[in-house]
Amino acid sequence: MRAKVLIRPKEGILDPQGKAVEGALPALGFDGVSHVRVGRLVELDTDDPDRLEELCEKLLANPLIEDYEIEVTK
Amino acid sequence: MRFGVLQFPGSCDDRDALAACGRVGDARMVWHEESDLDGIDVVVVPGGFSYGDYLRAGAIARFAPAMQAVARHAEAGGPVLGICNGFQVLCESHLLPGALLTNESLRFACRQVDVLVESGNTAFTRECGAGERLSIPVKHQTGRYFAAPEDLDALESRGGVVLRYAPGHNPNGSMRDIAGIANEAGNVVGLMPHPEHAVDPLTGSDDGLRLFESAVAHVTGAAREPVTA
Repeated sequence: MRAKVLIRPKEGILDPQGKAVEGALPALGFDGVSHVRVGRLVELDTDDPDRLEELCEKLLANPLIEDYEIEVTK
Repeated sequence: MRFGVLQFPGSCDDRDALAACGRVGDARMVWHEESDLDGIDVVVVPGGFSYGDYLRAGAIARFAPAMQAVARHAEAGGPVLGICNGFQVLCESHLLPGALLTNESLRFACRQVDVLVESGNTAFTRECGAGERLSIPVKHQTGRYFAAPEDLDALESRGGVVLRYAPGHNPNGSMRDIAGIANEAGNVVGLMPHPEHAVDPLTGSDDGLRLFESAVAHVTGAAREPVTA
């Protein structure tokens, strides 16, 4: 099965990367963009989608600072 | 009395750590695939970019056979010092609470900073007095200490904050100016500054030696020096 895991900084945690991207936008003519948050996307194939959550908790995300969403595509 | 310095692919401060340990005791490298720490009294998890720091700094090193051995060593009360990337590894391994995030500035910070010893009740600060000021360099981009406010309160109230950046010296936006912390037993300590780079006046300061000397005193059971504020 193919799965996508979307990982992002938890709400309320300062994301300097998002801030830097946000700060660069007006200079390029993109006004009115706010609350930019930068996360990462992990794509993988797995034989055992039931264990994806455990996999996220143990390695792909650090639950203390990051939220994750799992999407099993097919 | 022997130190073991872990060596991951991507470690880069392992040799300086080995040299620092060698000034106060015997020391050898421990390759990341080793799972036997027999004969090693004190473990140092050095700075660098273990496994390229892929995913998150320290996230993959946690699963190395050597780190499983370090966890057992720590569990048994053995002293463990994590420096910079080593601190990140100890947090990812849950041997220490909290996490290290990208510096507030987004910039790599490389400079000499002053830190204040908050607690002399650890294996690595017992030779320091509470309030002692140490001059030690930092060099990192992922050093902003973070924990949830209630966890920070718990950490503070049990005396788990070992080192704090002196006022005006916080290089990364760490919460409550935290530079180093300990586990409850005080045998596991992690810090972002690099004591192994401050062991000779030639390079500006030898204050970092205090941590290594403390470890020796801890292991050999040397009488503790009176604590002076």
